Amino acid sequence: MSAGLRTRGVAVRLGTTAALAGIDVEFAPGWTAVVGPNGAGKSTLLRVLAGLLRPDTGVVELDGRPLHRIPALERAQRIGWLAQQGDVTGELTVAETVALGRLPHLGLLGTPDSGDEMAVARAMALTECASWAQRRLLELSGGERQRVLVARVLATETPLLLLDEPTTHLDAPHQVALGRLFARLARGATAARTLLTVLHDLPIALQADRLLVLDRGRVAADGPAVDPSVQRALEAVFDRAIRIDVDRDGRARVELRFDDR
Amino acid sequence: MTEPGSRRRRLGWTLVALIGIGLVAGLMTGAGGFSPLAFVAELRGDQAALIIGEIRLPRSAGAALIGALLGLGGAIAQGVFRNPLADPYLLGSSAGAGLAVVLVLAAASLVGGSVSLATAAWLDRIGLVAAAFVGALSGVALTLMLARGAVQTLRLLLAGVVVGVLLGAASDLITVVSPDALRGKQAFMLGSTSFLGTASLSMLAGGLALLIVLATRHARALDALTLGEDSAASLGLDLGRIRLRLVAMLSLATALAVAQAGLIAFVGLVAPHLVRRHAPGGHGWLLAASAAMGAVLMLTADVVSRALIAPQELPVGVVTAVLGGGYLFVLIRRRTLG
Repeated sequence: MSAGLRTRGVAVRLGTTAALAGIDVEFAPGWTAVVGPNGAGKSTLLRVLAGLLRPDTGVVELDGRPLHRIPALERAQRIGWLAQQGDVTGELTVAETVALGRLPHLGLLGTPDSGDEMAVARAMALTECASWAQRRLLELSGGERQRVLVARVLATETPLLLLDEPTTHLDAPHQVALGRLFARLARGATAARTLLTVLHDLPIALQADRLLVLDRGRVAADGPAVDPSVQRALEAVFDRAIRIDVDRDGRARVELRFDDR
Repeated sequence: MTEPGSRRRRLGWTLVALIGIGLVAGLMTGAGGFSPLAFVAELRGDQAALIIGEIRLPRSAGAALIGALLGLGGAIAQGVFRNPLADPYLLGSSAGAGLAVVLVLAAASLVGGSVSLATAAWLDRIGLVAAAFVGALSGVALTLMLARGAVQTLRLLLAGVVVGVLLGAASDLITVVSPDALRGKQAFMLGSTSFLGTASLSMLAGGLALLIVLATRHARALDALTLGEDSAASLGLDLGRIRLRLVAMLSLATALAVAQAGLIAFVGLVAPHLVRRHAPGGHGWLLAASAAMGAVLMLTADVVSRALIAPQELPVGVVTAVLGGGYLFVLIRRRTLG
């Protein structure tokens, strides 16, 4: 099932600063990486899209319906959201944590059936965390814990996935694995998902179908990584501390610039 | 390392056994202190039904039920506020319940009636519980208002201390104005199981059964809250409503316990800690096990309070405060020393 998420003139003020200032974007199935410098409004945009923060002006629509009018449980069955790490107390086991992803489908009192158990097992297999199923989150390293939290949101099996910095704490092999997984989920033959990831790791972000470049609460560029205007915008918002090239295979690459500019 | 499931089973059976042992030890503790020999003699005596059946059994069973309510209240508080130091006693709910009970005692003496923990009949006890419930809710609300939510541990604890001191001072003031309430209040502030009779037993048992069922129905929400408030909300939970229900539950648990036995510190804080330490798990397990652990702690404190300086008695609240305070002391030392 595909899902269309769009914003119309979304603006959010946090205290005295404008975190988002008039965002009009639309998301269809595929993988979009939301990138930009610190304080650009990336996480705020994701929270607004997840229905966790109501914009001061403008509206978010899910399949043409205003998001804030959709009942919480129905919204949760459509949109999965992964927080930045830090809030988790970690007292549950890995299996118990991942199983929480089924909560939107079960409610507070439903009994998990074989479908729910399979969704949990699939999510743990995808992030390779099944072998620690019985360990508690607080006994795991930061990277291991992150894989469990990603599994938790994958277990929701929602058509829309909003992930805030999902690659934090991961080592290189697991960053690459997660990047491949995102691409696979977004282009899935049977169930293409709408995937939005806030990413600080630009090499992974460049693998996405689309880059949404934010700067000071506004959209600075929006398009595929091979689009020269997107590359120029990226270099500009990161204060020319990075350089984007396209290699012979037509893939965008990023490097940090240490030379005098 | 042992599987979490088998650790939970082991602790579960241990707690059941300890409750049984605690109840029997309670029956064996009388004016002469803890004495199985005296107990056997009493059993043969013609007053066995009175001494054991109508005095000691309700008292021990009541202590267990009160401990269970406090343990359950503590587990709910720690889950809903995502804070391992949250406890009905530290959140102002006990002080609020205490003030409400003192107010009722004073008001009763003003109109010439006499309501006391010792003599209170069914109807009076329900009135006391209702007053304590309103007081407990107000105490928690005041603490949360002062702390601007429960996000910051330090602010929450400070606010709880401030509310506890203020409401405690208000109770003191009332006893100055209405000396009749003083005697009742004294027993109350120190916590005592000596007023527990069959009338309170059915109320405590009914309340505990209801609260266990209600709280367990929210176990999944408490589990989701371990991920953080936003993550729990993203899973479709109506946090505002759920939090309100859970605060009402922990206030009712505190009110039931406080209205029957006065202020008893630390059981609500320590019981869930001990469960997590020995057999961690989701809230479906934690809520029930904390109630059982609370029962064990109170039974122990009750026997100690009656046996230590027999034939005199220590207030049970003093014993739990010493035991609980000692536990916190060890915990803090261990944390500081790594």
